[in-house]
Amino acid sequence: MAQPQTMDQAAAPEAGAQQATDMTLSVFRGDATAGEEREYRVPVGPGMVVLDAVHWLQANVDSTIACRWNCKAARCGSCSADINGHPGLMCKTRLDDFVGQVVHVRPMRTFPIIKDLVTDVSWNYKVAKQIQPFTPAQPAPFVMYQRDVDRGQEFRRCIECFLCQNVCHVLREHSGMDRYFGPRFMIKIAELEMHPMDTADRVDLLAGGGGLGFCNITKCCQEVCPEHIHITDNAIIPLKERTADRYWDPIRRLFRRRRTG
Amino acid sequence: MATPATVPAPQRAPKGWKLPWWVEPTATVVALGSFGLYSIWEVFFHTTGRFGNYLSPFFSPDVTAWGIHVIPAVWVVWVPLLFRASCYYYRKEYYRGFFADPAACARPERSRVYRGETRFPLSLNNLHRFMLYLAIVVILFLWDDTVRAFIFPNGFGVGLGSLIMLGNVILLSYYTFSCHAFRHLVGGGLDCFTCRARAVTRYGLWSRVSAWNSHHGQWAWISMFGVWATDVYIRLLISGVLHDPRLI
Ligand code: SF4
Ligand code: SF4
Ligand code: FES
Ligand code: FES
Repeated sequence: MAQPQTMDQAAAPEAGAQQATDMTLSVFRGDATAGEEREYRVPVGPGMVVLDAVHWLQANVDSTIACRWNCKAARCGSCSADINGHPGLMCKTRLDDFVGQVVHVRPMRTFPIIKDLVTDVSWNYKVAKQIQPFTPAQPAPFVMYQRDVDRGQEFRRCIECFLCQNVCHVLREHSGMDRYFGPRFMIKIAELEMHPMDTADRVDLLAGGGGLGFCNITKCCQEVCPEHIHITDNAIIPLKERTADRYWDPIRRLFRRRRTG
Repeated sequence: MATPATVPAPQRAPKGWKLPWWVEPTATVVALGSFGLYSIWEVFFHTTGRFGNYLSPFFSPDVTAWGIHVIPAVWVVWVPLLFRASCYYYRKEYYRGFFADPAACARPERSRVYRGETRFPLSLNNLHRFMLYLAIVVILFLWDDTVRAFIFPNGFGVGLGSLIMLGNVILLSYYTFSCHAFRHLVGGGLDCFTCRARAVTRYGLWSRVSAWNSHHGQWAWISMFGVWATDVYIRLLISGVLHDPRLI
């Protein structure tokens, strides 16, 4: 591991400012072929988040540190990383949660590294293309009631940070990208399937290439979602029930009438 | 750009004390494991769960009344056992605790073929709804037992056991009717809650069940310990260790 770079290598905090508390940030530096964590000392002020520290390093220590970000407000979903082994948004993870510890910042483990903290998440966009888009019964505009769109609106809060995809053990530990779409796309499918005006049917996709059966409802996606979407409870389990209606319920099959819509 | 600090930092108290990752799976293994061992002892080494007008939930419905006397609890406990084993909440807990699949979020797993719930036998968990139907039948019997627990030879009365049995059946009802399969059945399977008159009623039901469902995990644990406590109490009454205080 490289020697810690200290503050004297960088610009000191503004003149007259009180001395800030230093913390050690251990940031992954490298690309898809090789890399290692390097330690840096960072002055930490109240309310500072991990992304602030990375920005401070870029400005004061090493401008070549790569990280993806846009909003610094937990809205754009760009700054996902593994922070002390746990997936989180760099702009929402406060440094004072780690007082007395080294803060290890690594790129998301599930996706291929491009450089430093930046990963290639394009697999997700390929998955998105495999899902039949919204197919309304009649062209917009149409009237819908709030209670009919409540469920879908929870899922539309998604900021596509892909932290759920990153933490999902099917993708992260078992490289299941060829078998399972991942939790982000389960909420996408749930949103469309529960839409009162949608006419398409994605249940066969779920049971087949979507790989819903690979999810073992261990709820890590729900635990890390910065939008607090109940991914497992409100999307995945209801979808498992819908798949069971079709594939595991002979009684229902017997009585299946036209979709009640 | 982040501005370096101008006041001493950090000031906010760290958020709670974070337990190490292995605490939760270990607690699951200990709790479910010891309940499992206790159940085996209770089911295979006892021929009755009845004490006067009290009946242990392990022995309900009372098959001895129907002439079955060979390990009577076995004829009964498979329903709650399979109901809980296929419950979405317990699945999470045992996949984490017993299978380490994953033991905790973002923990490395041993490398091996992972099939999730796509293959036998774990795919059978998709049949959970049928265990729900049977569990509802069992709940009806338990309510019947509970009513009887308030009827003593000399008429209506309240013993500590009656209250324990009442508490137990209430907890079990919350657990059973907060089930995800039940939530789907009453309305979750619909795409439109306003399109038909019946769908409006089902929306009301679904909303209520959804509210219970958000605490399904808590109901699962509390009701399991409720069954345990009720059974221990009645077992101690049967063996004469305890005396049931009559309150009314
Ligand atoms: S609940 Fe399913 S989708 Fe979510 S992290 Fe676990 S396995 Fe993945
Ligand atoms: S569901 Fe949550 S964790 Fe997953 S991509 Fe959307 S916002 Fe991120
Ligand atoms: S920078 Fe936009 S979510 Fe963090
Ligand atoms: S009992 Fe837990 S989900 Fe049905």
